[in-house]
Amino acid sequence: MTPSLRISGLAFAYPDGYQALFGVNLEIAKGERVALLGPNGAGKTTLVLHLNGLLAGGVGSVEVAGLAVEKQNFPEIRRRVGVVFQDPDDQLFMPTVRDDVAFGPANMGLTGADLATRVDEALEQVAMSEYGDRPPHHLSFGQRRRVAVATVLAMHPEILVLDEPSSNLDPASRRELADILRDLDITLFMVTHDLPYALELCPRSVVLSEGVVVADGPTRNILLNDELMRANRLELPYGFDPRNVPA
Amino acid sequence: MPSPHTHGHDVGERLFVHRHSVIHRLPAEVKTVAMVAFIFTVIMTPPNQFWAFALYALILVGVAVLARIPARVILPRMLVEVPFVLFALLMPFFGTGPTVEVLGLTLSQAGLLAGWGILVKGTLGVVSSILLAATTPARDLLMGLERLKVPELLVQIANFMLRYIHVVSDEMHRMKLARESRGFTATGIRSWPIIAQSGGALFIRSYERGERVHLAMLSRGYTGRLPQLATVTTTAGDWFTAMSLPVVGLLIALTALWIGR
Repeated sequence: MTPSLRISGLAFAYPDGYQALFGVNLEIAKGERVALLGPNGAGKTTLVLHLNGLLAGGVGSVEVAGLAVEKQNFPEIRRRVGVVFQDPDDQLFMPTVRDDVAFGPANMGLTGADLATRVDEALEQVAMSEYGDRPPHHLSFGQRRRVAVATVLAMHPEILVLDEPSSNLDPASRRELADILRDLDITLFMVTHDLPYALELCPRSVVLSEGVVVADGPTRNILLNDELMRANRLELPYGFDPRNVPA
Repeated sequence: MPSPHTHGHDVGERLFVHRHSVIHRLPAEVKTVAMVAFIFTVIMTPPNQFWAFALYALILVGVAVLARIPARVILPRMLVEVPFVLFALLMPFFGTGPTVEVLGLTLSQAGLLAGWGILVKGTLGVVSSILLAATTPARDLLMGLERLKVPELLVQIANFMLRYIHVVSDEMHRMKLARESRGFTATGIRSWPIIAQSGGALFIRSYERGERVHLAMLSRGYTGRLPQLATVTTTAGDWFTAMSLPVVGLLIALTALWIGR
């Protein structure tokens, strides 16, 4: 089966000369949930911006469900790759929740009842159906994060990409989001510093360090590999032991 | 259809007064056109036809009653006009030509009339716009402008302003707290540079946010146009109802012009 995401030999330097990626190889099968771990400055955000062509111009290639991320494919690529950015205030730019969720599918050409159905479905998937007519600034931070997820779910993406999904959430919102993400039948690629969250949601993790993939395997094994963890400035929260977490 | 009681009470929405009335139900673009046309008829009326302005005022009172917008909402909002009123009040002192004595002051007759003209036309215009804003949610107003073929870029900018004004003002507030937590108090001219620097920092942060928002928009297939999301059907009846306002206005204006010719 065609993998949801295939990255081969991806290298990229910013126009100011700073090189962020040095040949990244990664393949994610359809339906897999994968966490991308790594210290600040490892190139995680740069990698995410390559997935739907917001950054390009380096060497190597990115394919989403077999389709190359290239300019002529951008409309379809951006439908297939749903990126949820870290700050929901960046993601939610329309006057109401409903308008915002409709933005993506409307750009794909959906109108009328089809569009309304898409929006309703997506809001229901994140348990925000009652809030459609609210302006985003009337929602709590956790609710805004969930709406941000709905805005891309409404496009029926092949792969959901989340940048720090648990950041700034209170523990209850963090758990609510986890419940929602676990129930989605979709390929998930999640950038995070929240290692327990990675363990909870993603069977597989990839460690990116200084622009290359330095580890790729079951999340539990990676978190238990002390040497690897130390070498990449990864640390478990105080008192947290992955061995105590049921598999 | 938004549920009636979830409307906000903050910058974007606080001008809107929720009621169920004929005026509230009219589509935004119809109301906008009617209001602008009505203001034009007021402007073309010669200032010396005092009766005409009394009629205009009466019509607006009628609209307010129909829309169930009370005077205590309208009157305080009229304060925005104050700077223009001051200007109008100065006119009689600087006009030329024949003069009149009022309470020992020598006032120009032409200036007096011009001042009155500005004052009354301005006030009628302000009240009309207050009524439009009180009966139309800001978001509908913008969508109405889009349907009236106002350049899309302008409408988009206004849309984003409406969305981000809270985000930016929250950020401004946090910067103020951060300043004050470190012992800063705004005391006269010497604190201005600090405040100016905060303003600059706020500008940069907002600019960066703009870039991030743009990336988020591109990620969801933005190609330069905001999708037309609401389907509003405007009937001939809507136009008929709304345009009765400027049509009556036009009749008054033409009569006034004919009498004053």
